[in-house]
Amino acid sequence: MADTAGPSEPPVKPIEVLYCEVCSFPPEYCEFGSSVSKCKQWLEKEHPDLYEKYWSDEALVKKIGTLSVENQKKLDVDSAKKEAKAEAKASAAEKKRKESKITIKRVERNKRKHVTSVQGLEAFGVDLKKASKLFAQKFATGSSVSKNLQGLEEIVVQGDVTEEIIDMIVDQVGVLKGVPEKNIIKIEEKKKKGGDDE
Amino acid sequence: MFKKFSPKEDIASQTSIKSSVQRHIRASLLKQFPLLAQGEGEAQVLEHIWPKKENITLVKCKEHISIFALHGEPLFFQHFDGPFFPTLRLLHKYPNMLPQVGIDRGAIKFLLAGASMMCPGLTSAGGMLPPSSHSIPEGAVVAIMAEGKDHAAGVGLMKMDSEQVKKVNKGVAVESITYLGDDLWSLQNIS
Ligand SMILES: [Zn+2]
Repeated sequence: MADTAGPSEPPVKPIEVLYCEVCSFPPEYCEFGSSVSKCKQWLEKEHPDLYEKYWSDEALVKKIGTLSVENQKKLDVDSAKKEAKAEAKASAAEKKRKESKITIKRVERNKRKHVTSVQGLEAFGVDLKKASKLFAQKFATGSSVSKNLQGLEEIVVQGDVTEEIIDMIVDQVGVLKGVPEKNIIKIEEKKKKGGDDE
Repeated sequence: MFKKFSPKEDIASQTSIKSSVQRHIRASLLKQFPLLAQGEGEAQVLEHIWPKKENITLVKCKEHISIFALHGEPLFFQHFDGPFFPTLRLLHKYPNMLPQVGIDRGAIKFLLAGASMMCPGLTSAGGMLPPSSHSIPEGAVVAIMAEGKDHAAGVGLMKMDSEQVKKVNKGVAVESITYLGDDLWSLQNIS
């Protein structure tokens, strides 16, 4: 059998589909996403030929296909609404993120043993597992991600490293980049236990 | 299946699979997707998607969903021990790995909202079903194409034979399994 494709060339080659950098869909589906106008801007700039293919007047007429004009109008209205909604949601999320706090708490486990709990880093896009690893390496101590009693995830680092962690955030070390120091709340918690005082 | 899926909440474990099990999965994939069996040895299509020497990771999720990922990239998934489904991105690369049905333009937004596809959306002028000589049986995994679009909008499961869809023309024709913009689509890398 003649094999013109060569020994390691498969008979069926994969298609490399272009995806929209804004909404991640193939550009022909951007119209169904929640960021149509931004998608269009991107496509016009990066792939003017495709922009012409999908968004020229001619393409718009053709695209309607078997859909009635009324339904197409409804679709346009829907997609504008969707976009406005997504933008409102994004700005609300941004506002919430700006206000969101990181609490760093020293917790007394027993006598002279402390752990430091760090909460709220995820709001700034920090991967908690990676941050936990960073702390473990930096302080050569145990550090883990766990759920607290409220069901929120927190990083628990062995030892009192409150100040050190604050310094790391101030210095924007590694994965802590982007975490604003002004949103840090420092808490010192002491277990009240009779007879434990020295 | 992935309308609401959060990797943090819904992934229970990630394990590498024993080589005997990997072999078994490969055999099942080749049987279910004849396109992947094309080509010999290193030129086999499946070999290009998932090279034999690479270990695929089983990502166990809630609701008995298993995702099979290579270097973190989801390739296939399965519900209980049902048929394998390709992820939509893999289907985009190999559009002919699944038989195709087409929905009309009016149905696209419903699909992308997670709805199942009703018969009229496939039997209308903008829809597409294969001729009776190539009918698709109930329970088959299909690519959901869309009117005027080049690439699949989703992966579905036939709820009736495609001839039945034409005849009955009401009710659910295709259950939507994964679609553009669902949480599996967003999950490009399982780390
Ligand atoms: Zn887009």
